[in-house]
Amino acid sequence: MNKPYEAVGLTEKEYEKIIEYLGREPNETELSMYGVMWSEHCSYKHSRALFRHFPTSGKRVLQGPGENAGIIDIGDNLALVMKIESHNHPSAIEPYQGAATGVGGIIRDIFAMGARPVALLNSLRFGDIEKSERVKYLIDGVVAGIAGYGNCMGIPTAAGETYFNSCYDGNPLVNAMCVGIIEHDKIHRGNASGVGNSVMYVGAATGRDGMGGASFASVELTGESEEKKSAVQVGDPFMEKLLMEACLELLVTGSIVGLQDLGAAGLTSACCETAARGEGGMEIDVLKVPRREKGMLPVEVMISESQERMLLIVEKGREDEVKKTVEKWGLHAVTIGRVTDKGRLTVKEGDKTVADVPAYSLDSSGAPEYYREYEEPAYYQELKKFRPETAEEPKDYNKTMMELLTSPNLCSKEWIYKQYDHMVRTCTVVKPGSDAAVLRIRGSKKGIALTVDCNSRYCFLDPRAGSAIAVTEAARNLVCSGARPLAVTDGLNFGSPEKPDRFWQFREAVIGIGEACRELNTPVISGNVSFYNETATQAIYPTPVIGMAGLIEDIDKCCTMHFKDEGDIVILLGKTENELGGSEYLCRIHGIEKGAVPRLNFGLEKKLQAFILSAVNKGFLKSAHDVSDGGLAIALAECCMEKELGIKAELKSQLRTDAVLFSESQSRFVVSCSYETLAELRQFMAKLEIPYEILGRVTGDEFRLDINNKNIVALKVREMKEAWRGAFKCLMT
Amino acid sequence: MKFGVIVFPGSNCDIDCCHAVKDVLGREVEYVWHDAEELDDFDCIILPGGFSYGDYLRCGAVARFSRIMEAVRAHAAGGKPVIGICNGFQILTEAGLLPGALVRNKNLKFICDTVPLRVEANDTPFTGLYEKGEIINIPIAHGEGNYVVDEATLKKMKEKGQIIFTYVDNPNGSMENIAGVCNEEKNVLGMMPHPERACEEILGNTDGRRLFESIISALEGRLKDE
Amino acid sequence: MKARVYVTLRKSIADPQGNAIKNALGKLGYTNVEEVRIGKLIELDLGDITGDEADRQLVKMCEGLLANTVIEEFEYEIDQR
Repeated sequence: MNKPYEAVGLTEKEYEKIIEYLGREPNETELSMYGVMWSEHCSYKHSRALFRHFPTSGKRVLQGPGENAGIIDIGDNLALVMKIESHNHPSAIEPYQGAATGVGGIIRDIFAMGARPVALLNSLRFGDIEKSERVKYLIDGVVAGIAGYGNCMGIPTAAGETYFNSCYDGNPLVNAMCVGIIEHDKIHRGNASGVGNSVMYVGAATGRDGMGGASFASVELTGESEEKKSAVQVGDPFMEKLLMEACLELLVTGSIVGLQDLGAAGLTSACCETAARGEGGMEIDVLKVPRREKGMLPVEVMISESQERMLLIVEKGREDEVKKTVEKWGLHAVTIGRVTDKGRLTVKEGDKTVADVPAYSLDSSGAPEYYREYEEPAYYQELKKFRPETAEEPKDYNKTMMELLTSPNLCSKEWIYKQYDHMVRTCTVVKPGSDAAVLRIRGSKKGIALTVDCNSRYCFLDPRAGSAIAVTEAARNLVCSGARPLAVTDGLNFGSPEKPDRFWQFREAVIGIGEACRELNTPVISGNVSFYNETATQAIYPTPVIGMAGLIEDIDKCCTMHFKDEGDIVILLGKTENELGGSEYLCRIHGIEKGAVPRLNFGLEKKLQAFILSAVNKGFLKSAHDVSDGGLAIALAECCMEKELGIKAELKSQLRTDAVLFSESQSRFVVSCSYETLAELRQFMAKLEIPYEILGRVTGDEFRLDINNKNIVALKVREMKEAWRGAFKCLMT
Repeated sequence: MKFGVIVFPGSNCDIDCCHAVKDVLGREVEYVWHDAEELDDFDCIILPGGFSYGDYLRCGAVARFSRIMEAVRAHAAGGKPVIGICNGFQILTEAGLLPGALVRNKNLKFICDTVPLRVEANDTPFTGLYEKGEIINIPIAHGEGNYVVDEATLKKMKEKGQIIFTYVDNPNGSMENIAGVCNEEKNVLGMMPHPERACEEILGNTDGRRLFESIISALEGRLKDE
Repeated sequence: MKARVYVTLRKSIADPQGNAIKNALGKLGYTNVEEVRIGKLIELDLGDITGDEADRQLVKMCEGLLANTVIEEFEYEIDQR
C-alpha cells in the first residue's frame, strides 16, 4: 500500500520533517497542505539554493524576489512592478484555458502589489509546426487564450516571442509576463500584520478546480495526467477585471494592510505566506469561504486553485467600508478569519480545528532545501566539436535568404500579435514587431521598454553561455529602443531536476544568468521555475526566458529598428566572426543543431550598449537593431520590412560567404543615420573606439548584398516582405 | 462643453476616451457609472470600447439593460450626440439605437491592426471636419465587428446616408465594408474603429483627432448660436 | 442521417459565462434562476450511414474534436428519419 505522504508527493524524510515541526503526526488536511506547499512549484526546494548566484539588490531595487512581484525604481516617485510565470502543463492539456489562466494569474501578482498593470508579454515554445497538427491546435488555442484574457482585461499585450523546435513536441511552454506602474507610497505587500485585523476573501467562489495544481505542475506528463483533469481551470477575465478595479480602488482608501492573490496552492499558500511575511499568525474558518460546489471538504477548500480570488488583510473596523467598495464592482467580500499573534496558521471548520501548523513551516522558509546532484552530460563536449564549415555552402543565396525568411522561427509573427490588443490604454509607442515594446508613462516624459528573450538552442548546447547570451540580447533589445536596462524577471523552464544531467543544465543556466546580470547591472527581481518539462522520451531544451525592463528618460527620443529614409547610411557595429555553431542557419538549412555557441565578450558588449544608448539620446541614429537569430543578413532584412525600403550593402570579409551573412556573433548592431550626421557619428565612434563597418545605403526597393565586390543576394523587398509576412499563416493552414 | 464617458462593468477604453478629450483636446469630461440615471450635464456621450459584462452572452447584450441606457436614449432623442466606439457600438445596436448587429469576424479571430477607412459622409456632427471620400487610418481591435443588417434596412440606410465609415480593405467580413453607421437623425454614431487611439503624434497617428474636433466644433458652434 | 451534439462544460468546471448571465437575469428580476450553464449545439448531417456507424463516429468526433473532455462533456441525439 502507498504511504500517505507519497499520495501528496512527499518523501519519507519530508514527512519526518513535518512531524518535527508539529511534534505529532499531521492529519490528512495538514498533510495535503504540506504536500502542495512543499511541491517544487511553491517551495523551489530543488532550485532555491542556486538562486544565491543571482544579484537581487541594487540602488533601484525596491522589492526583490520573494513577493508577488519585483519592484524597481524609475524615478519621479514612480516604480515598475514585474514578474513572469509559466503555465506550461495546463496549456499542454487545455491550451485556451491553460494560457488564459496563466495570464490571469500573472496579472493578479501585479495588482496584488498595488500597481496598475500596463503591459503583458509572452514567451511561447511549440514543437515542430511543420510536422504536427497537434502543434497547430496548441498554437491556435494558446494564442486565442492569451488574447481572450488580456484583451478583455484592457491590458495591451505589447511584445513576445515564439519559437519552434521538436524538443517541445510533448511540452509546449507558455510563459506570461506582466508589468505594472506604481507610485512609491502606494506599494503594498502581502503582509498579514496587526493582530485582530480581518482576513477577507473577495472574488470568484471556490470550487474543486485545479485540485493539487501546484503539485500537478511538478510532475512529468504521462498518460495519467489525463486522469488529473480537474487540475484544469476556466478563466473569467470579466471577474478579474472587476476584482482588479475593486482592489486598486480599495488600496487608495488605506483600509488595506496587505493583499495577496490566490494562485498556486490557493488559500493554503496565500494564508501561510501572508502570515509568515507579517509578524504573526492567522486563523480562518473554511465554512465562511464562498463555494461553488456542494460537499467540499476543508482540505479541498484549502488547496483549490479556483481563479480570480484575492485575500485582503483589512484594518479592524473597516470591513464594511471594504464591502461597500467591493459591492460597487458587483463583487462580495467576506471575512473568513483574522490575524493572530500565535505564529500559527489555524484552519477551522466552524468550531472544529482541522489544521494547526506553524505558518512559516509551510512557506518556503520552512520547506526542505536540496542540493541536487548534477553531472555534465556527454553531449556537451561532443556537440561542441562540430565544425560548421563541414556543412556544404549554399549555391544560391537568394534561395537561402527566402528559405530563412519564411522559416517558422524567423518569419513575421503578425498572425499571432494581431490577435492581441496591443494598443488599448493608448500608451504603446512602439508596437510588436520591433526589438522591444515601448510604452509611455502618462503624465511623464518617461517611457519604459520591455522585452522577453531566450535562444534555447544555445542554452542546450551550452547552458551557461546560452543563458548569459539571453540576458545580454534582452539588454540589446532595450538599448536599441533607447532604454537603459534596469532589471530582470526570469522564467526558468527545464526538465526533471531529479536527473543529474538536467540539473547540470539548470545549474549552469542559473550561473550564466547571474554572471550576465551582474555584468550588465540588471538585478533579478522576480521569477518562476518550471521543472519536469519532459515526457518519457524527451526533455525540452533548457529554456531560461529572460524578461527585461528598461527606462527611457525622454520618450520623444525612443528609437525603432526600421530603416526610415532612402539614402540613409547603414552601419554595422561590432565584428562578425566565424560563428555559425548553433545558428538558425545551420538548423534550418542544414538540419544541424550542433557546434560551439558564439562567444560573448562583456567588455565589448558593455561598450557597444553604452554607445548605442548615448547615440540614440544624442539623436544620431535613425534606426538601431541588434543582430541575432539568422545573423547579419536577416537583421538587415528585418530593418527593411516595415517601410518597404531596400539596402545596397558592400561587405568586405575573409570569411566564407555563409558565415558573413548568417554567423550569429554577439555584440553586433545594425544602425542607420542620415548622411549629414555621418561625420559626427564617425567621430563619436572613433572617440569611444567602437569597431564598425559602413555597409552601404538605404535604397528604394532592392535588397542587395555584395561581398568583396561580388553580388551575393539581390531580392525585391516587396517580395521578401510578402513571403515573410505570409509564411506563418501558411504554416497554420 | 462637456463630454460624458459611460463606464460599464468591463469597459476598458473609458480611460483612453477621457484622455483624448481632456488631455489632447482640452475639453471637460467625466466618467458616468452605468448605474447613474441622469445625463443632463453632458453635451456629448461616449460609450467606450471594452468587454461590458465580459461580452459573455452576446457583445453588448447585458449592458443595454443598464440603468444609464434610459438616459442615453433620452439624450439621443433630444438630438444630442452619442457615439459608441467598438463595444459601445455593439451596445447601441443591441439597444436598438442603431440598426444592424455585429457578429464574429469572418476569420473567427480577434483583430488588432490599423486600417484605412473611407469617410462616406461628412454631414454629421462627428465627421464635419473630414472630407467626403477621404481615406483615414484608424486602429481596430475587435473579435466581433462583422456588421450585418437586413437588405431592406440597408437600402433605407443608404438612401438616408447613414453609412458613415467603410473599410478600404474589409478586415472582418462586414456587409458592404461597413465600419460605422449613424441613425436617421445623424446624432447617434456607432463605429468599430477606435478614433481615440489615433489622436497623438507620439502614437504615430492623428487621423482620429478630427472626429473629436468635429463634435466640438459642431457643438460649440451650436452653443454659440443659441 | 442527422445528429445533434450538445457540448457543455463538465459540472465541476466553473462556467464564468453562465454565471455572468445568471447575474444579469437576476438584475432583470428573474431572481429565482439558480443556475445557468452555457454550451454549444452542433448539428451534423452524417449522410447515408447506419445508426451503429453514426454512434461510433459521433463518439470519436466528440472525443477527438467537438469537445475537449478535459473540461467538457457531450451528449448527442440521432435523428433516425
